[in-house]
Amino acid sequence: MARFAQNRSLSFEAAVAHCEVFVLRHLASLEMDGHHQKQKNKYSIIVPTYNERLNIGLIVYLIFKHLGPDGTQDVVKQLQQVYGEDRILLRARPRKLGLGTAYIHGMKHASGNFVVIMDADLSHHPKYLPSFIRKQSETGADIVTGTRYVKGGGVHGWNLMRKLTSRGANVLAQTLLWPGVSDLTGSFRLYRKSVLEDIISCCVSKGYVFQMEMIVRASRKGYHIEEVPITFVDRVFGSSKLGGSEIVEYLKGLAYLLVTT
Amino acid sequence: MKHIVKILTLVMAITALWVGLLQTSMIPCSHTWLLPIYFVVSLGCYGLLMVGVGLMNFPTCPQEALLLQKDIVEAKEYLKQKGVDVSSS
Repeated sequence: MARFAQNRSLSFEAAVAHCEVFVLRHLASLEMDGHHQKQKNKYSIIVPTYNERLNIGLIVYLIFKHLGPDGTQDVVKQLQQVYGEDRILLRARPRKLGLGTAYIHGMKHASGNFVVIMDADLSHHPKYLPSFIRKQSETGADIVTGTRYVKGGGVHGWNLMRKLTSRGANVLAQTLLWPGVSDLTGSFRLYRKSVLEDIISCCVSKGYVFQMEMIVRASRKGYHIEEVPITFVDRVFGSSKLGGSEIVEYLKGLAYLLVTT
Repeated sequence: MKHIVKILTLVMAITALWVGLLQTSMIPCSHTWLLPIYFVVSLGCYGLLMVGVGLMNFPTCPQEALLLQKDIVEAKEYLKQKGVDVSSS
C-alpha cells in the first residue's frame, strides 16, 4: 500500500555570514513498499525542492508509473491533499546548511530502511529507480550511486564549456582523492538509511561539494558502493551554472576533503 | 590512515629517491636537478590528457531528452484528468 508521508513542510535554513540569509526549501518524501523474495524492503524517496513545487506532481506520477502499485486513484487523491497541507516551519541548526538540512529533515519523516535522493527538476528520471533497487538487491550494497560517465550513462543539454569544466573537475578529484566512484558530484543515489544517517552527520560542505563529500566519506568508511548508469537531461539548455566563484568553492572543497578524509 | 598522509608519504618517498640519485651521481648532476620539474610537467600533461580523453568520450544522450518530454506531457495529461493542476510547469 503506497502512501504519502504527511510531511510537506517549509523549512527555514539560516546561512551564517555577515548577515543572515534565509533559504526557503520545500521537502517532499514518498514511501512505498518494495517486495523481494528474502525480505520486504521499504523505500523512502526524498526530493529536496526549491521553487519547484509544480515539478513535484510530474515526479510523483513518474515515480508511481515505474515503481508504484495499481492504486493510482489513492495516489492522486493524496497528492492533492499533500499540496493543500499546512506548512510546518522548522528552524534548522546553523551548523548544517543547505542540502544537508533538507536531507536530515527528510530522514526524520522517512520510515523506509532505504532512502533514495533525487533532484526535483526532472534531470533525474524516476525510471532508473528499479535498476537502483535491483543493483542493491543483487550486491547487498550500502550505497548505489547513479553515474553519468560510464557506458550506458550520459548527459544532454551541456555545451562544450560545461563538459570541459565537468571533466576537468572530475579528473582533478579522481587524481587527488582516489574515491573509487566515477561520478562524484551526482546527487541521484540510494542509501541504506543507517548509512545515510552516519555519513550526513559528519558532512559540512555546501552545494555539489556536499555530494562529493558524502560519497568520499562513505568510501573512506569502507561502505560498499555500487554504480548504475543514468542519464542527466538538463531541461534548461545551455545555461551553465558554473562561474569563477563556483570553481573557487569547488577547489576549496577539494582541498578540505583532501586534508580531512 | 588519512589520504593526505598517504600522499605525503608518496611525496617523501619520491624525494628520497631523488636525493639518492643526487648523492650517487648515477645520472649527470644537471639532469638530476631537473628531475622534479620533469615530474611535475609530466603530471600536468597526464592530467590534460585525461581531460582530453574524457571530453572526447563524454557520453551524450539526445534521445533521452525527447523521451523525457514525452513523459512530461503524459504526466501532465494524466494529472489534468485527475484534477491536479500543473499547468504552469
